[in-house]
Amino acid sequence: MTTTVADWFGTSENWVFLLIAIPTLGAAWKVVSSQNIVRAVLYLVVTLGGTAALFILLGAEFVAWTVVLVYIGAVIILFLIGIMITRAPLGTEGDLSHPVRVRIPAALLAWIMFFFIGWAVLDGFGAEVIPAGEGGTRTADLAAVLFDRWVIPFEVVSLVLLAALIGGIAIARRDPEDAS
Amino acid sequence: MTIAQFIILGTALFSIGLYGVITRKNAVLVLASVEVMLAAVNVNLVAFDAYVVDQLHAGQIFTLFAIAIAAAEVGIGIAIVLMIFRNRRSANVDELDLMRY
Repeated sequence: MTTTVADWFGTSENWVFLLIAIPTLGAAWKVVSSQNIVRAVLYLVVTLGGTAALFILLGAEFVAWTVVLVYIGAVIILFLIGIMITRAPLGTEGDLSHPVRVRIPAALLAWIMFFFIGWAVLDGFGAEVIPAGEGGTRTADLAAVLFDRWVIPFEVVSLVLLAALIGGIAIARRDPEDAS
Repeated sequence: MTIAQFIILGTALFSIGLYGVITRKNAVLVLASVEVMLAAVNVNLVAFDAYVVDQLHAGQIFTLFAIAIAAAEVGIGIAIVLMIFRNRRSANVDELDLMRY
């Protein structure tokens, strides 16, 4: 099933999409361009909140709230603690990005990638419509399939997370002999 | 809602994150740019999950896995940044030239 441009703008959920997508992209741009380090991380909150709102729009409520809890709740705190411990320049300073001779090739690379993937997507999918679900994915259904079909990957991921956290402690702790 | 609008949004987020990874000097901000790229991938996965009406919800499940892996990555990344800062008194990636030659 496909749609036309006039139909696209005549659907209310597409306006909701634009209302979410534009602040998300703007905040993502501020994450990579802001010269104030704390603000850059706080704009990351807006970006991730925008993706959570898109997940709700797509009916993936459990994933949306997981993003809010894990990313906005825990990961952002880790970032802020990392900034404060490494004594990064907290005021406004022009020293957080590389100079223009690095930025121009990077922008060129990003635009080329965006252009070609966007072109491939429009060529491949065109105006195919996402079928409307019946009120989103129920968390009970998600849990049933997670602990049935996907239980071994789930256990492997939990083991990876445990190993990573223990590894993080082992890397970041000071050796006892040179602690003084 | 078309599938293309979500993938193009994800592509835009990924490109912005790529630009940030290359241009940022501070290691913590490089990690933040990587988070933007991971968020783009998550949007992609959930959009395709809704598009193919998957009974196994592979897109959403793998988004949850990606979130867990991202949390592990940030934990390790911040730990490495802290250790480098303790040894070198700096968290700028362009000053880490110890393994260059």
